[in-house]
Amino acid sequence: MSDLPRAQDLGLIGCHVCRMVCRDIGAPDAACPRCGSPLHKRKSASYTRTWALLIAAFMFYLPANILPIMRTVSLGDVDDNTILSGIIELWVKGSPDLAVIVFTASIVVPMLKFIALGLLLISSQRHSQWAQRQRSKLYRLVEFIGYWSMLDVFVVALLTALVQFGFFSQVAPLPGVVFFGLTVVITMLASMTFDPRLIWDGRDFDD
Amino acid sequence: MTMPSQGIKPAIAPPTLWICEHCDTVYRRRKLARGEVARCQRCDAILARHHSLTVRGMLALTITAMIAFVQANIWPIVTLGLNGQMISTTLWGCLVMMWREQAQVVAVIAALTLFFFPIIKMGALFWVLAYARNGRRAPGFRWVMVMLYRVGPWTMSEVFVLGALVAIVKAHMYFEVQPNPGIFAYGVLMLIITAFSSIDIRRLWDLTEERMA
Repeated sequence: MSDLPRAQDLGLIGCHVCRMVCRDIGAPDAACPRCGSPLHKRKSASYTRTWALLIAAFMFYLPANILPIMRTVSLGDVDDNTILSGIIELWVKGSPDLAVIVFTASIVVPMLKFIALGLLLISSQRHSQWAQRQRSKLYRLVEFIGYWSMLDVFVVALLTALVQFGFFSQVAPLPGVVFFGLTVVITMLASMTFDPRLIWDGRDFDD
Repeated sequence: MTMPSQGIKPAIAPPTLWICEHCDTVYRRRKLARGEVARCQRCDAILARHHSLTVRGMLALTITAMIAFVQANIWPIVTLGLNGQMISTTLWGCLVMMWREQAQVVAVIAALTLFFFPIIKMGALFWVLAYARNGRRAPGFRWVMVMLYRVGPWTMSEVFVLGALVAIVKAHMYFEVQPNPGIFAYGVLMLIITAFSSIDIRRLWDLTEERMA
């Protein structure tokens, strides 16, 4: 596989915004001649930024799961739901299949993002050659599924707008949902700042 | 900083290389057969797809999406009933409620990802495609294309559709639920988004010609 030439070795840079192939002139402020976007061999400070965003996201993720995301009031009965208790309720009273979807979107996907990005960061920083192809695929999976976690946030928004029957029944959002929404946004930013080309960069890479 | 094997500033440079965005491997471009997908040998990422949809086709899809989006936003999505009292809502109803109920951050995130970014995306697509039909670059093409690339990952209408479905099932445990036209319009929008997901709009850079002023 080492016979496949890489742009870095040929002195080329591919513009991410328009896919133009440009010659690397080595200037730090080089811009793509076609679309004017800055050209970098690799996303700048990818490791530092991704780590920072990932840690920030995790700090929001804890209250997102511990704090309740939604309050249901019916006939004076107050019931606060966390993400997990909402899923359990859906499993028990509603439809188990939908509970699986929500469980995947709200619990599995964020956890997978933390584990996967952490794994990608550590292995790439150690210039590991282990399972590079699979790690590339893992990165693309994280990028693809990332935004589906917003599902629960939209569910709370819809129920809040719909269930407004005064004394009989009422739904209101609680702080957990804000933390959760921010977690999703920050993890999306984290996966965007990670540069998957780092997976393939060996020890001799000079960036 | 010119294309490899190219002279100075060609009006329309025949792009000769692909660089895999996920691992930096360089390939010589080739014509793809119908339905063919070129994949990177090193990391298996998609390099390019055969474009079965023409620029006109994409324009038609964009216009359809715009119509569906307007319908999805003006009609209520669902109606709940309890003791004869009926409540229905639209997307903006949700946003306003979230704002009032101390979840302003969520209201802003949802307004951007479900309303403003989709509108910007569809408007920008319409603009560049309408000109690209004749192989031309729209005024501000460069700027609009860069913006499309940046906004791209931040539209979440399809997630909202699934969210509406979950909300309906949850509400169904306690209330009467009636689907309204909005949810169907959202369904159509979701189909169009799925159809569009395999299209790399960046190919317009190669398909259109820069006008020499």
